[in-house]
Amino acid sequence: MRQKLIFSVLLLILVIGLFFLILRNTQSTTSNYQKIETSTDTTAIENGVHINTGLIEAEGLHLVIAHCTSCHSAKLITQNRLSKEGWQETIKWMQETQNLWDLGNDEEAVVNYLAKNYAPTDIGRRASLKNIEWYSLKD
Amino acid sequence: MSTITALVGAEIVFGHLLPEGYTPLALQEKDPFNLFKKDKEMRVLNDRPWNMEAQAHLLDDDITPNEFMFIRNNGFIPKNIDVNTWNLTIKGESVKEEKTYSLAALKSKFKQYTYQLTLECGGNGRSEFNPPAKGNQWTIGAISCANWTGIRLRDILKDVGIKDDAIYIGYHSADTHLTGDKSKAPISRGVPISKALQDETILAFKMNGEDIPIAHGYPLRLVAGGWPASASGKWITSISIRNKVHDGAKMKGSSYRVPCKPVAPGTKVKDEDMCIIESMPIKSLITYPKTGALIKQGEKLTIRGHAWAGELEVSEVEYSIDYGSTWTSCNLKKASNRLAWQHFSATVTLPSKGYFEVWARATDSNGKSQPMLLPGWNPKGYLNNACHRIAIKVV
Repeated sequence: MRQKLIFSVLLLILVIGLFFLILRNTQSTTSNYQKIETSTDTTAIENGVHINTGLIEAEGLHLVIAHCTSCHSAKLITQNRLSKEGWQETIKWMQETQNLWDLGNDEEAVVNYLAKNYAPTDIGRRASLKNIEWYSLKD
Repeated sequence: MSTITALVGAEIVFGHLLPEGYTPLALQEKDPFNLFKKDKEMRVLNDRPWNMEAQAHLLDDDITPNEFMFIRNNGFIPKNIDVNTWNLTIKGESVKEEKTYSLAALKSKFKQYTYQLTLECGGNGRSEFNPPAKGNQWTIGAISCANWTGIRLRDILKDVGIKDDAIYIGYHSADTHLTGDKSKAPISRGVPISKALQDETILAFKMNGEDIPIAHGYPLRLVAGGWPASASGKWITSISIRNKVHDGAKMKGSSYRVPCKPVAPGTKVKDEDMCIIESMPIKSLITYPKTGALIKQGEKLTIRGHAWAGELEVSEVEYSIDYGSTWTSCNLKKASNRLAWQHFSATVTLPSKGYFEVWARATDSNGKSQPMLLPGWNPKGYLNNACHRIAIKVV
C-alpha cells in the first residue's frame, strides 16, 4: 500500500516535470524563429523580382531556377555579374568539377538569361563611396 | 493556424488549405543570426552554403568576438558531431606510419598554446574588381582576429614522424559537398611544410576561450594565421603529409591562385601560369567611426582601427583627408603575438565644413604599402588590399 502511494507520487512528479519540459521546449523553439521574408507562394513575382529566389523575372527564369538552384542558393547568381562568355565558362566549370548535369537544349536560354540580366557594368578602377547612411557622431 | 501565422509574421493566404503537420517553407530554414549567434548587422552573402561578412564598424574590438566573425563555407556544415568518437588521422606519402588520435588524446598528450591570429578570406574585397570576378562578393568584412587555443601541428607531426621528402600538408574535413556527393570534398587545402611547422600553426579546440562555434570548425580547426583563411581548414578529420604540393579540392585552377606574372584586367590566364596565394598582403581597416559620421565644425575626430600584414609586421599606418595628397602618421601598437593584427588610432582635424573622406594606408616591415586604387586584377578577384575609406561630413 505504502509502496503504491510512493509510486503514484513519483509518477505524478514525472508527469508534471514532463509537462513543463515540453512547454519549455516549445517556447524555446518558438523564440528561435524570426520573421523571414519568404513567400509561401513559390511563383510570386513582385516589382519584376521572383520573391522566393530574388532572381529577376525575365525569359528563362524558370529554367534557371530549375537548373541552378537545386544545389546552391540563387544568391550566388544575384550577387555576381559576368559576361555571356563568363557565365558559359562558369557552367562548364560546374559541369567539370561540381556535378552539374548537361543542360541540353536549355543551356542557350539559361546563358542568355544570365548574360542579359546579370551583366557587368564598368565600375572603373575605384568607385565612389555610395549608399552612405549619414548619422550624427557623438562621442 | 494562428500560431503559424504569428511565426511567419504575415497572414498565410490559403492557410486553411495547408496540410496538417506541414511546415511552411518560411520556417524550415532557421534564422542564420540566431543559428550562428551573429550580430544582426552582419551581411548574408549566401545561404546555401552559408557565407556572411561583417561591416567595418562591427570589427572595432581588439579581439574579434564570434558575433562579428565572418563565415565562409564551401559546403554544408557537418551534422551530428560526436566529440567522443571524433578522431584525427595523420597520413600521406610522407609520414613514417599513419597514426590516429582521439580528440581527448590530442588534448592531454600535447601542450596547448593560445595565439591571436588574423584570418582573412583570400577573396575579401572581391566586389571591387573590374571586370567583376565570380564568387561571393565580399566587400571588406571577411577578416577576423580572434584568440585560438590548441596544440602545435609541429608537435603532432614530431610524434607521428615525418619523412625528409615532406613538402606540403593538406587537410581533410567533415563538411559535405553541396550536391551531396560523398566522394567529393567541398574544400581540401593546405600549406607548405615550413608554414605547417611554425609555432603559431595550431590545431585549435577553442576560440576566445570557448568551444569553437560550429560554423567556425568545431571541434577541431587548423589555424594558419596570415594566410588566406581557406588554409585554416574547419572540422578537421585528417591531415595528409605530402611529398608534392597538395592537390585537394580548391588547390588548382583559379581557386586561391593568382597569375604568377601580372596581367591586364580581364586577361584569360592558363592554369599553369597561376600561383598559389601564400602570405596575405598589407591591409588596414578603419573600425571607428562608422562611415557616414556627421560632426560639428571645430570638433576633433578620433579614428581607430586595425592593420595586418600576413607573415610580416605592420611598421606604419597613416591617414589622409585629401584623397591621398598628404598623409599623417597614426599611433600604432605592437601585435599581441606574431600574426595578430595591430591597432592604430589618430586624432584628425578637418579644416572646414563639407564632405571629407578619411583614408587609411598601412606599410609592412618590407616597406610595401597599400595601394589607393585596386591592386593587380586577377581572374577570381583575390588580394584586394586597396586602402579603406570612410565618408565624413562637417556640418
